[in-house]
Amino acid sequence: MREYTRFLQRCFRLSFVGTKLYKFWMLFLSVVALIGLNAWAKQAVGGLATTGMTDQVSWGLYIANFTFLVGMAAAAVMLVIPVYVYKNKDLHDLVIFGELLAVAAVTMCLMFIMADMGRPDRGLHLFMRFNWPISVLTWDVIVLNGYLALNLHICGYLIWCAYNERKPGKAFYIPFVFLAIFWAFSIHTVTAFLYSGLGGRPFWNSAVLAPRFLASAFAAGPAFLVLTLLVINRFTKYDVPRAALQTLRGIITVALTINMFLLGCEVFTEFYTDSTHAASAHYLFEGLGGKHALVPWIWTAIALNTFALVVLYSPFKRRVVFYAPACGAMIVGIWIEKGMGLIVPGFIPTPLGEVFEYVPTLNETLVCFGIWAAGLLLFTILVRVTIPVLSGELTKNKLYSTDSFS
Amino acid sequence: MLARPSTRRNFLRSGVQVVAGMGAFVSALKPLADFDVDTLGGVEGFLQKHYKEMSADDMKASLARIESDVKRRFDVDVVARDIKPVDGVEFVYALNLSRCVGCRKCVHACVQENNQSRSPEIQYIRVLEMPKGTLDIEKGNHHYDRPTVPDEDHFYMPIQCHQCDDPPCTKVCPVEATWTEPDGITVVDYDWCIGCRYCEAACPYWARRFNFAEPTIPKEELIAKKDAAEAKGEQLEVNYLSNRPRPVGVVEKCTFCLHRTREGKMPACLEVCPVGARKFGNILDSTSEVAQILKTKRVFVLKEELGTNPRFFYYFDERYPQDSSQKSFEGMPGMPEITRTHGASKGEPK
Repeated sequence: MREYTRFLQRCFRLSFVGTKLYKFWMLFLSVVALIGLNAWAKQAVGGLATTGMTDQVSWGLYIANFTFLVGMAAAAVMLVIPVYVYKNKDLHDLVIFGELLAVAAVTMCLMFIMADMGRPDRGLHLFMRFNWPISVLTWDVIVLNGYLALNLHICGYLIWCAYNERKPGKAFYIPFVFLAIFWAFSIHTVTAFLYSGLGGRPFWNSAVLAPRFLASAFAAGPAFLVLTLLVINRFTKYDVPRAALQTLRGIITVALTINMFLLGCEVFTEFYTDSTHAASAHYLFEGLGGKHALVPWIWTAIALNTFALVVLYSPFKRRVVFYAPACGAMIVGIWIEKGMGLIVPGFIPTPLGEVFEYVPTLNETLVCFGIWAAGLLLFTILVRVTIPVLSGELTKNKLYSTDSFS
Repeated sequence: MLARPSTRRNFLRSGVQVVAGMGAFVSALKPLADFDVDTLGGVEGFLQKHYKEMSADDMKASLARIESDVKRRFDVDVVARDIKPVDGVEFVYALNLSRCVGCRKCVHACVQENNQSRSPEIQYIRVLEMPKGTLDIEKGNHHYDRPTVPDEDHFYMPIQCHQCDDPPCTKVCPVEATWTEPDGITVVDYDWCIGCRYCEAACPYWARRFNFAEPTIPKEELIAKKDAAEAKGEQLEVNYLSNRPRPVGVVEKCTFCLHRTREGKMPACLEVCPVGARKFGNILDSTSEVAQILKTKRVFVLKEELGTNPRFFYYFDERYPQDSSQKSFEGMPGMPEITRTHGASKGEPK
């Protein structure tokens, strides 16, 4: 136990050590996180009236980001499955980065939910009258927190073993890894069911929503990991195997293709049928009743995703100068598709046919940036600490010198 | 532990960094200085139990807290009550679309009666101006503004909570802060709601409203209401599950004015209607007006295909009332039934 506090202490100290660039990055994230905290404090005083949400569009940026990040968290399994199910050795050491991303993403999810609640002070009511199994939201509470616990355990155990120069005992983590694989599918499926189970919202009330969520998550999540690994490769001594990046590229290509296909299925069904149920789709893709705030967003998303897909199917995919922007474009494209392209138009028009647009306020946007910065800060620290431990530079017997990490 | 030597200079430097970090953190939280903990209900509000778990004493304490809260916020003395449903009663609403003229008096009477927030204003009733020839509510105009109503080319369709028998909104609530009472009214415990707004997303009739800011009601209005009540020898009352002033950050909705209707009065929207388009009563009482309407009129409900089973019915006046003197017509047979014989050899009909 004492050794454990010492370990945490050393990790904490270590997170302050690094190159100038690292310190600048951390300072930048801290400043943005604090600006977000300040905006959140204003929201706590003024209520959700400080956001652009209304009774017409009662969920906005917070829930949109939440939905996207659930997908990012679920995507950790896209590294785990090849390693533990298909015994792919290239990815073995990288699994932990996927799981650290899951920890950071779920933490961000929980922060977005807290920001969205009208009465976060009443969060304890969940423990006192939990409407399970009727409310899908209670399922989401269980699967998200369970997923966080699982990933914390797996990463924590592996890092702790490496720190103690011990070989991890398989019984202590392999069963949890397999559980986490199923669990990852569950978090995004349950989150999709939150929306698709609502009969009064025809835009969401579609069986293809959960598969679409999974496909887009398994594209955006690994794409984010690719960018992370490229950064690790560039700025640390840690050598990311090329084969790992190739395996991830294969996963991303397949997932993005399926995602575009499913989007096409939705578009066909909505526009060919062209019943009154297609009103939200009309609003999203071409505007409705003279209002078209989301039209540029969705077409930007489609353009970004198409660009990424073209790169991934072309010979340019092997060159980082094209591969990295494709990953970036896809992350942004899918973020738009799930937020501005899915959550918001579900509310427009309202069930009574009113076309009422949603425009996020500055304060709300700052809270979002703050949460992203806090999440990235957490992710950076986790990765920063994990690398020297995994590579055996920081163990309980080894003092770690600052200049060995550049 | 790290390689950097622990010199006095380094110690001072990290000290300064820590202080600067703490300072930035505290100043980021500065807006919280304006935070009024009373708006959240204080410690007692925090510890209060769910409506269904409260004992008589708990409820008494809670009602006293509501009274002092109203006094603090609006400087008015009220009596808070918790009026229970009556056995053998299930409320149903019927609205005559042939009569409604779209004057929106019901909208405003409702806001007055139920003490909704005025800024931002919360209204439970939406009146749609519908072009003749359709019942598709997506074709309705929400924002019609005419010096006089009705307009000849339109009919009017007021929509409020349909008090569904199978409500999608109560199903989704993660903390059971909203439920359907035995008399068919779906209510919200404003002191239990966590403000996630999932119910708002789930409602197909757009009947729920959220308090995005602390609700405001002009004091003068409440004082005038109190004076009016006292002139009749009554006190100004508010009710736990319906018209008490709401806290910030919670969902609310139409309750068929349960504080009135459970004591035999009519809802405020019905009472104010100048053309008698609104009918309300107990469906379990076969002699009630609504029971008669449901029996004799061709009523319909909105979005029947969603299976919500609303307790709110619409109807048009019929030009030819179906009475016993109506002439009867000869009926023609329908499609003859086809008998299929599975497994029998082809071409040999039995």
